[in-house]
Amino acid sequence: MRALRRNVMRAALTTLGIVIGVAAVIAMMEIGNGSSRAIQHTIATMGAFNLMVFPGNSLLAGISTGTGGSMRLSPGDADAILTDCPSVTAAAPVVFARAQAVYNNLNWQPGSLYGTTPAFLEVRDWSDMAEGNPFTDRDVRNTSKVCVIGKTIVEKLFQGESPVGKEIRLMNVNFKVVGVLKAKGANMMGADQDDIILAPWTTIKYRVSGASSSGGSTVVAANTSVLPSQVFPPAPPSLYPIPSSVQQADTPQPVRFANVNQIVVSARSGAEVQSAIEEITALLRERHHIRAEMPEDFTIRDMTEMARTMSSTTELMTTLLLIVAAISLVVGGVGIMNIMLVSVTERTREIGLRMAVGAQSTDILHQFLTEAIVLCLIGGAVGIALGRTTSILVRLIKHWPTAVSVGAIVVAVAVSALVGVLFGFYPAWKASRLDPIDALRYE
Amino acid sequence: MELLELHQVCKTYHLGEMDLQVLKGVTLSVGKGELVALMGASGSGKSTLMNILGCLDHPSSGEYWLDGQEISGASSNERAKLRNRLIGFVFQSFNLLSRTSALDNVCMPLTYGVEYVHEDEMRKRAEEMLRKVGLADRMDHQPSQLSGGQQQRVAIARSLINRPRLLLADEPTGNLDSRTSEEILQMFRALNESEGLTIILVTHDPNVAQHAKRVIRIRDGLIESGSDGNRIKE
Repeated sequence: MRALRRNVMRAALTTLGIVIGVAAVIAMMEIGNGSSRAIQHTIATMGAFNLMVFPGNSLLAGISTGTGGSMRLSPGDADAILTDCPSVTAAAPVVFARAQAVYNNLNWQPGSLYGTTPAFLEVRDWSDMAEGNPFTDRDVRNTSKVCVIGKTIVEKLFQGESPVGKEIRLMNVNFKVVGVLKAKGANMMGADQDDIILAPWTTIKYRVSGASSSGGSTVVAANTSVLPSQVFPPAPPSLYPIPSSVQQADTPQPVRFANVNQIVVSARSGAEVQSAIEEITALLRERHHIRAEMPEDFTIRDMTEMARTMSSTTELMTTLLLIVAAISLVVGGVGIMNIMLVSVTERTREIGLRMAVGAQSTDILHQFLTEAIVLCLIGGAVGIALGRTTSILVRLIKHWPTAVSVGAIVVAVAVSALVGVLFGFYPAWKASRLDPIDALRYE
Repeated sequence: MELLELHQVCKTYHLGEMDLQVLKGVTLSVGKGELVALMGASGSGKSTLMNILGCLDHPSSGEYWLDGQEISGASSNERAKLRNRLIGFVFQSFNLLSRTSALDNVCMPLTYGVEYVHEDEMRKRAEEMLRKVGLADRMDHQPSQLSGGQQQRVAIARSLINRPRLLLADEPTGNLDSRTSEEILQMFRALNESEGLTIILVTHDPNVAQHAKRVIRIRDGLIESGSDGNRIKE
């Protein structure tokens, strides 16, 4: 201890290696963690944690309808999934529909027309609106004729006008546009994700898809040449006798059972996707009264490919950071070893003297090891401060995301102590093996 | 009673293929409270003998009895303990720790002692020793702030801190002028006479040897004269 104080300059130089090493580790870890988190967030926005629950196959006279054929999923299932599955952060029912959207003299066939709840935006990480606000749960309960539209729809129908507050017509029902979604671009398959209209599922179910299945009588004659309901498969057959369109439009409720085409679910994290699948399976089996030996009447799909991309990206980042950290620490350690070796040579006479007055080789070993470890720990502490400062500066100046990593700090301190022991050991061992006679005579 | 006794001590160094016999059967004894000078030309085996006497090295053959113990076969750690407990060293070049106060220099051997000594106790003993060598007012000075004679006195204080049985002084006045040399030698005599401390002065300077009560001369690895106390000083 005193020996270190006696030669502050040498001690400081020795420590510098470790300071730089640890600072590099901390800064790299924090900047890297921030970037990694940002990348993960981006991938999560693409829907890597999303699960889709589809109703299962049903057999009609021996003919399979394929996925989505049965009508067993209800909005209640979505609510139950959200409340009863701990791995799930959001769940929304989705009703598919096909309809032409009309505004003034322009029309457009939207790529997707979904009836859903506001939770859909949460699932898709789409809550930030470009303009206006999303529709509310109250709109869903009231079967309000409101909708939220994507960027592509705005371009095609409004051509530069602000759509908020305007009304578009879907299947002869006027929907007030309350919000515009932020542009999301194409998905991994190249489909335009902004070509979308979202409305309360109750409204789509009872006013739009119901109307489309009840026949073309309400469709304006001018548009009859290519009717969407003829081009695309019609909505699934209704469980109940179909009321007239007037009845339907005026009294959409009460309804005992409403089926939905899909439930979209978002898991808490990539790791919890699997547990979410298990929880949902158990829950829906119970809700649908499926006996243990019977197959499920629903299918759950996850985004395996995206999830894999995500985990490999995370792994890549972690490995990269580890390698950088290891290199910096080894460089720091070699620096420490160098200066400790020089120090041993320089202090040979001192070592000889200490041995002459009764120091055993273990005492000398301890002394030099302690010096190395103390230097490394001091270096570690200074390095942490320097690394934190660097990452804060990077955040302030470059506006990069950084994240404090307690793990990195713990690891850096542990590793700097370890480096002290490892790289301090050889010089210390060398010092302890000196012959006191030679050491005393050393010039 | 004899403090140390050597019987037919040989020391052979192996230099590659060649064996170099430096000590060829040294027999000598030094009694308690003696002040002895060990003289010899360079190459005579004087340094080797001193290393063996000081437990820094072990003999190739022969017996070495120190304070009633046969220690020729002691391991390096055992020898370190013996050095710490029984022997004080004074070197030609003082060998003080630089940038360290006189007081801390004197304390240093205590940190390697077998039994634990509290820091306050260490300071007290070191201060007492420094007072004894006449440096009461220089305790916080660093070696670079002290004259050669003062530095050697710090070294003597350091060698005495563990209350050794034997003080080995290797050319203690080699780096000092004649007046300070005289002071240092007077101090050795005083220590020898007042406290009964056994002192071996290793030197090639007859003037230094004069202060001793007996002179052991060594030549070509053999004791020439003065191997035991019965002989008269030559």
